[in-house]
Amino acid sequence: MTDLLQQLINGLALGSIYALIALGYTMVYGVLRFINFAHGDVFMLGAFAGYYLAEPVAKVIPPQTYLGGIVVLLLAMLICALLGVVIEFLAYRPLRKRPKLTVLITAIGVSLFIEYTCQHEKVFGASPRKFPDLIPNTTWELGGLVVGSAQVIVLVTTILLMIALTLIVQRTKIGTAMRAVAFNPQAAALMGVNVNHVISFTFGLGSALAAAGGILFAMNYASIDPLMGVQTGLKAFVAAVLGGIGNLPGAALGGLLLGVVETFAGGMKGISNYRDAIAFGILILILMFKPSGLLGKQQTEKV
Amino acid sequence: MIPGAKRWLVVAIVLIAIVSAFSKQFNSYYLGIAIDVGINIILAVSLNLIMGHTGQFSLGHAGFMAVGSYTAASFTIACTKHVPESAAPFLLVGGLILGGLLAALCGLAVGVPTLRLRGDYLAIVTLGFGEIIRVVFQNMEAVGAASGLSGIPNYTNFFWSWTTAAIAAYAVAALVNSTYGRGFIAVHDDEIAASAMGINPTRYKVTAFVVGAFFAGVAGALYAHHKQTINPTGFDFMKSFEIVVMVILGGMGRTVGVIIAAILLTILPEMLRPVAEYRMIIYSLLIIVIMMARPQGLFTLRSSKGANT
Repeated sequence: MTDLLQQLINGLALGSIYALIALGYTMVYGVLRFINFAHGDVFMLGAFAGYYLAEPVAKVIPPQTYLGGIVVLLLAMLICALLGVVIEFLAYRPLRKRPKLTVLITAIGVSLFIEYTCQHEKVFGASPRKFPDLIPNTTWELGGLVVGSAQVIVLVTTILLMIALTLIVQRTKIGTAMRAVAFNPQAAALMGVNVNHVISFTFGLGSALAAAGGILFAMNYASIDPLMGVQTGLKAFVAAVLGGIGNLPGAALGGLLLGVVETFAGGMKGISNYRDAIAFGILILILMFKPSGLLGKQQTEKV
Repeated sequence: MIPGAKRWLVVAIVLIAIVSAFSKQFNSYYLGIAIDVGINIILAVSLNLIMGHTGQFSLGHAGFMAVGSYTAASFTIACTKHVPESAAPFLLVGGLILGGLLAALCGLAVGVPTLRLRGDYLAIVTLGFGEIIRVVFQNMEAVGAASGLSGIPNYTNFFWSWTTAAIAAYAVAALVNSTYGRGFIAVHDDEIAASAMGINPTRYKVTAFVVGAFFAGVAGALYAHHKQTINPTGFDFMKSFEIVVMVILGGMGRTVGVIIAAILLTILPEMLRPVAEYRMIIYSLLIIVIMMARPQGLFTLRSSKGANT
């Protein structure tokens, strides 16, 4: 029983990270209807931003304090938000009116560009690095359960970010504009919404969440490398589809579900080696039986 | 497209036979690249049937290649001890057909459930299937698991690589240009209109998928007997994407363009060897630039076909 609970906690921690990345995929899909393949790499850049920020921040705020961790997290989110806006402006905006396939290939090109540039020895280098301890490293034992401070931080941060995201999307003017563009870009433009601003904002918001996911991931797994975003990004995309792409609560639910399922599968003998294939297996089943995802709306095609 | 395509096939095979008769005189490094070119032509032409002619975006072509590769390699490794050396070409052809058939079977298994999906969803599902196939090989002890399969006999030569490429290009072109094959283009142009005209889109898509997977398997079999060692990581998403890039650069649905793109994109990385550390950065930048400047393909003058997916 404690084993199961322990796995559940580990799974929820992993799932929260998937959820944070999945939210970015789903938001971009909502407004632009395309898969931003480079999103997984923004997640990686977030982790590296944290890696490089840890030292300068430690000079101002003592290292391994919660305040220092929060400052690093917020700065990395800001950097990645800017990066996301720049990527959209340079690579995707010129292709706005082009066929979807063109944009998809470009997105893969951007993703490869980021990965290979970061692997170059003058940038980050290909070898994995140890992520510094940003927060006090303590573990609590609760009746056989072992919970690390990193895991608690992951869960708490994710919940706070999701509340913030909900408030932004539901209560603010720009959030309303985002929903309007996702619903119908032409009509939104006619109503005076600046569609370009909204799309930039969406990329920034999604990239900030991915950066947060990157830092939380690095805190939990301690090692970062330029290709860490590839598998994690793909799985987060699966999570977004699982919950119903374009649907924010769906992405969160899909991420948590996928994290838990994967952790349980990883703990089982016999199928633990196939852990990486499980996410894709789930994806195929979902798309075969309920292509709109768990919380997505059924869409009928018009001729 | 080309009247009397059969005549071209015969001419091509005769030319290939003549060239391969002198192949011993070539530098073995260039010969190796030439064989790679032939294999990549098969991959590009087969994906072109799925993507270019039928309009179904697939990111899992390397998965089918892996199936053909492993099947053929296991087959020849098992048989090579029991037959005289002179039987090698027969073993290779047997391996090619076997690898192709098993890959086609996988194509059928993947195609039937997934081809109801469209666009992005299809792309991501085929990507998923490709990954699953890779993970399965990575865990299969019988074929060396993660360390890969080695000791595959070196049966692929210039003649087999290019002859198979010529046959693949001919088969795909002939299929698409046949009365039956017009359906592929109809499905590509407008699925709803095609089904209103009595064409069963799913059947055409699955056919394209199965034929494409067959040739990908054949290409994988040739690849295994060329490199002599195969590894699951060699058939990852990157490999699939390379083939996609060939099809897109060549201009979707344009056989000749796709063949030229396959040749160029095989030679380009070799030419970039002096700047090896920047090679992949340049490659990815080129993709972005070309998608912005010439999304209809490098060799397409009019952007009528394949631009509206």
